[in-house]
Amino acid sequence: MTHTADTVAALRERFGAAIEDVVEFRGETTVVVARAALVDTLRFLKETPALGFSFLANLTAYDDWPAEPRFNVVYQLRNLSRPSNLRLKVRVPGDDPVMPTATGVFIGANWQERELWDMFGLQFTGHPDLRRILMPEDWQGHPLRKDYPLGYEEVEFTFNFEEIEKKKPYAKE
Amino acid sequence: MGLEQKLGNMGVVTTTLEQAINWGRTNAMWPMLFGLACCAIEMISTVMPSNDMSRFGMELMRASPRQADLMIVAGRVSRKMAPVLRRLYDQMPEPKWVIAMGDCASCGGIFNNYAIVQGVDEVVPVDVYVAGCPPRPEALMHGILTLHEKIKQEKIKDWA
Repeated sequence: MTHTADTVAALRERFGAAIEDVVEFRGETTVVVARAALVDTLRFLKETPALGFSFLANLTAYDDWPAEPRFNVVYQLRNLSRPSNLRLKVRVPGDDPVMPTATGVFIGANWQERELWDMFGLQFTGHPDLRRILMPEDWQGHPLRKDYPLGYEEVEFTFNFEEIEKKKPYAKE
Repeated sequence: MGLEQKLGNMGVVTTTLEQAINWGRTNAMWPMLFGLACCAIEMISTVMPSNDMSRFGMELMRASPRQADLMIVAGRVSRKMAPVLRRLYDQMPEPKWVIAMGDCASCGGIFNNYAIVQGVDEVVPVDVYVAGCPPRPEALMHGILTLHEKIKQEKIKDWA
């Protein structure tokens, strides 16, 4: 048994029903965790010496809109002493986009959670400084949501050139 | 010609004030470093010896807007960068000119999305647009010379 498989077995034993699903795909393991159990799972993985997933390599999300639960928050963990990877995934419904913060376990999650707030509008309860990190501070909306309008300006052709030109905000001196 | 031929040996040239000022402005124009994306590489290579922008008195790329006459916006401008760009433009002393280098600075280019300003002319007044993705150094050079021609047409009565 590989170290990752051992870890999955330990997680199942410790958390039981909170481990909603385990997906194996091309040698990569994804563990779907219930939202309420996330922080305990992360702390268990990090602080149990036999598991030792001490490095949060990446924290990201994607939007499955219009499917529900809509958001999927992905925690990519790495064991540095016994090289192995584990992916945790949390499903978050669109009408309640609230997550517990992971900054208490991995301090490096701070800015990555800010990015998820900026791009997807996921609120991380308990985060020390949850504000926008990439977009300007007065930005409206969360651009990486699938229902966010993609384009900004209609493409100019000869037939609609004059119409667009009229409303284009040219700078004066 | 008669006067110049006669006085040439004495080291005197006659001209108009308008032409003398425009000549000075075109031949000592210091561009401000404003490399935002891949166009910056072409802008750098315009200054390098093989293309040698210093032939036109432009070898000094100023990092400070206070010492610059020309802003070459080389690359796409994000909406977060736009206030910074405007502020730097406001800090440049008069007279000042702007070249929008490349498709992204001119009209947004391939980036028609929420994050990129669709043409830097929404933020600052642009004098010359240089097309290309990115434009070759020759194209930027042509844009600069076009700007020089434009400046040489300026009239003293419009300055006041």
